[in-house]
Amino acid sequence: MSSPEVGNQDLCLSLYRMMVRIRLFEEQVGKLAAAGQVPGLTHLSTGQEAVAAGVCAVLRPQDYLFSGHRAHGHTLAKGSPVTAVLAEILGRETGLCRGRGGSMHLVDAARGMLGATGVVGGNIPLALGAAWAAQVRGEDRLAVVFFGDGASGNGVFHESLNLASLWRLPVLFVCENNGVAEFTQREEHSRVAFTSEFAKPYDIPVRVVDGNDVLAVYTAAQALVHWVRQAGGPAYLECQTYRLSGHYVGDAQAYRDKAELAAWRERDPLLRLQRQLLAQGVPAAELTAQAEAERQALAQALELARTAPPPAAAEASAYVYSCARETPTCP
Amino acid sequence: METSYTEALRRALDEELARDPAVVILGEDVAAGGAFGVTRGLAERYGVERVRNTPISEAAITGLAVGAAVAGLRPVLEVMFIDFITLAMDNLVNQAAKYRYMSGGQLSVPLVVRTQAGAAGGAAAQHSQSLEAWLMHVPGLLVVTPSSPCEAYGLLKAAIRQDDPVVFIEHKRLYSKREDLPASEWVAPLGQARVVRAGVDATVVTYGGMTPLVVDAAARAAAEAGIDAEVIDLRSLVPLDVDTVVQSLQRTHRLLVVHEAVQNGGVGAEVAARVAEVAFDELDAPILRVGAAFTPIPFAPELERAVLPDEQRIVSALLRLVKEA
Repeated sequence: MSSPEVGNQDLCLSLYRMMVRIRLFEEQVGKLAAAGQVPGLTHLSTGQEAVAAGVCAVLRPQDYLFSGHRAHGHTLAKGSPVTAVLAEILGRETGLCRGRGGSMHLVDAARGMLGATGVVGGNIPLALGAAWAAQVRGEDRLAVVFFGDGASGNGVFHESLNLASLWRLPVLFVCENNGVAEFTQREEHSRVAFTSEFAKPYDIPVRVVDGNDVLAVYTAAQALVHWVRQAGGPAYLECQTYRLSGHYVGDAQAYRDKAELAAWRERDPLLRLQRQLLAQGVPAAELTAQAEAERQALAQALELARTAPPPAAAEASAYVYSCARETPTCP
Repeated sequence: METSYTEALRRALDEELARDPAVVILGEDVAAGGAFGVTRGLAERYGVERVRNTPISEAAITGLAVGAAVAGLRPVLEVMFIDFITLAMDNLVNQAAKYRYMSGGQLSVPLVVRTQAGAAGGAAAQHSQSLEAWLMHVPGLLVVTPSSPCEAYGLLKAAIRQDDPVVFIEHKRLYSKREDLPASEWVAPLGQARVVRAGVDATVVTYGGMTPLVVDAAARAAAEAGIDAEVIDLRSLVPLDVDTVVQSLQRTHRLLVVHEAVQNGGVGAEVAARVAEVAFDELDAPILRVGAAFTPIPFAPELERAVLPDEQRIVSALLRLVKEA
């Protein structure tokens, strides 16, 4: 590990804490979903925590974030409270979006999390737009968009690379290349193994990193974010990672190679960071205490979310339009 | 001074760009004036950063406009032909229309998508459609259909000031129409239909490009058959002002809906159903509709004329409605 940040124990511990938070959160949501307590479709990011934690750790609160259908980790890493995220996923009025969005459509505007979208690739041009707004207003902020390798099959991905490059938009593309798009391996989707190859002809700077090494993710993201802020143009970070969970909770994963899964379990990003921290001399008790604090916070959040009221049926048509009725004359 | 529909739209954009620094224009060729000349001169006045040319990437530029709106700009996106809106439907239908709702009211999308619809001059099946019924079917979108230069001016200003996404559908046959605009600034009331011609024998509901044709047909029906029809321009399809239609019906007791879009599954069906639900007892005759044949818009001028509603078909429908029923 050549990262200059390796010696920064506070940073490493805060990354560890966030990754533990996401891991525990996803495990809890997985259990709830399997028990039929989560409405709708639930996509977990177990095994990909290092990307969310590593990238978001270099962002400022005012930076914009967009995500896709696998958004829990990104939202937590941008700073959303566990309670509000969990309540949203359970469809409660106290959720981030008052139970109107759910797992695939998390928004936390106050923290710059401007939206997860359930349509693969649909989030990419949205991030360009937020970056453009910052550019037009002369603001020092950037937009980050997370997507999977599957999104590179979508036309709007390619259109967006061209547009971001052409307009020099302050946007960081982050591809979580987990080698599988829904249920089908990358090789069956494209002859191009690395999605960042598509960014190169547009003159967008690219880094490809081991997405299960949080310090490598952090270091690369830091360099690219710095470049975006200085140069005011886009950059592309591709993180090679692996989804330890199915595409959704309940996915039988018949497509999964058992030997491959076992090999990637060895590369579990959380265990790797744990080993690194222990090797640095961080006491095991410290790590246990941090994890325990997260476990307790999650248990409290779950209790609050579970007992929170669902949205009132009478309010089902609120928030469709900015005016109370669909016959507005208000400005 | 008489002003064209094109100039009226430009005046609205000019005034709104001057009024609010958050207003920006983007689209294919807009810095050079756009395919129909609506934005001519605006890039020179406000700069190419605020009147910005885009690549031919309808999906990305619409998504970009949505993201910009979410982040606080008030973009006016030009989609050259409504037929191309098919390429932007994810961004319009799944993103723009849902944002406010799915975020529980945290964010809104103050976006105007200016586009142009309708058939004229043999533009054929991929440059002539009237797709407004698709859009009015989507909760979260507003659909506005200006029928004259004044309406284009006042409604575009209203649309830009709305906090919700508006699809603003111009009509290619109207760009050259001229009339006097108000000398002082005017913002049209969105959601209020307009009685274009008063009458007592029948109510004809229409909108957008069909409006001048319906007014001409009503004049002819009066001259030739003594039928005094009231003509209502809906102005917007969402919001849909059913109240004004019903009030008219209480005087005329007969209803005809005219639009250029194909009749099947169209706006006319919605208007007829809404009226029948609340004012069935007012009706002295079955509700009639005039719309295009259920056919792609043909290329050959003779065929194009054959499928579109024309003055004669509207007059004939009025005769059936008033004299035969």
